[in-house]
Amino acid sequence: MTDRFNIYRYAAPSAFYPLAGAMVPWFAAAAVLFGLAGLWLGMLVAPTDFQQGEGYRIIFIHVPASWMSMFIYLVMAFWAAIGLAFNTRLSGMMAQALAPTGALMAFLSLWTGALWGKPMWGTWWVWDARLTSELILLFLYIGYMALVAAIDDPRRADKAGGLLLLVGVVNIPIIYFSVKWWNTLHQGASVSLTKSPSMAATMLWGMLLMALCFWMYSIAVALIRVRTIMLERERNTDWVRETLEGDGK
Amino acid sequence: MIHWNSFSEFLAMGGYGLYVWGSFGVTALILAVEPIVVARNRNNTIARLKRQLRAERRITE
Repeated sequence: MTDRFNIYRYAAPSAFYPLAGAMVPWFAAAAVLFGLAGLWLGMLVAPTDFQQGEGYRIIFIHVPASWMSMFIYLVMAFWAAIGLAFNTRLSGMMAQALAPTGALMAFLSLWTGALWGKPMWGTWWVWDARLTSELILLFLYIGYMALVAAIDDPRRADKAGGLLLLVGVVNIPIIYFSVKWWNTLHQGASVSLTKSPSMAATMLWGMLLMALCFWMYSIAVALIRVRTIMLERERNTDWVRETLEGDGK
Repeated sequence: MIHWNSFSEFLAMGGYGLYVWGSFGVTALILAVEPIVVARNRNNTIARLKRQLRAERRITE
């Protein structure tokens, strides 16, 4: 029983800490490689869009950043649910480690969206469903970080933050389906699971490679952050003392 | 294979240069600065925890 490889072993911070450290360089390298390939395809090879000229190239960061902003929130809500249900130590740390990157992705989605909206719609911003719900997502990230930072006891901070994450998760389908449910300036989904994509193959691949780049980047940064949080929170345990006496790896 | 005829054409982005490079510039900046901040935060935390550990050892010894 104990000899068997057990994935739950890595739920213990002492076991997850070195594993996460070993994974960081691989995710970072993958982010760079996917990023270079995506930029090459998207910025150098992909043809001009027949409607939007060269301005459409903002899509290669706008869509990946928007996807990540929603996906990171879902992952945080998942960890919040696990943490509230099973009272696991690692879940709250995971959610906290992801939050700043998620907030930056939401900001980038809004920023690149504004720079795309100005030339195409003639305005930086409209209070329409897609844009407003994405702005609320940014506020949810900021609210979560502020709430967790305001509570001194980390376990109670995790619980309060977890509740906020679970309540706020209702916003994610609203963002995703807003372009279907309401009349909006924002164009419909660029890629859909049910229809074949309406874009040139090089455009599509450029966008997917950039999405993979953002994905790998987010994992790498969150893993570094979660390792720091682990040391901080578990500083009175033997494994952290031993780690600090060693080289910190 | 390469879509552009010249570097200046690439920079101009068909008249959308400000918007395209404004998007890519800020994204590149954020994706470059965030890992630096995260790494510095990690080094600072490790240094502080090591100091605390040493101080603690001095008291108990």
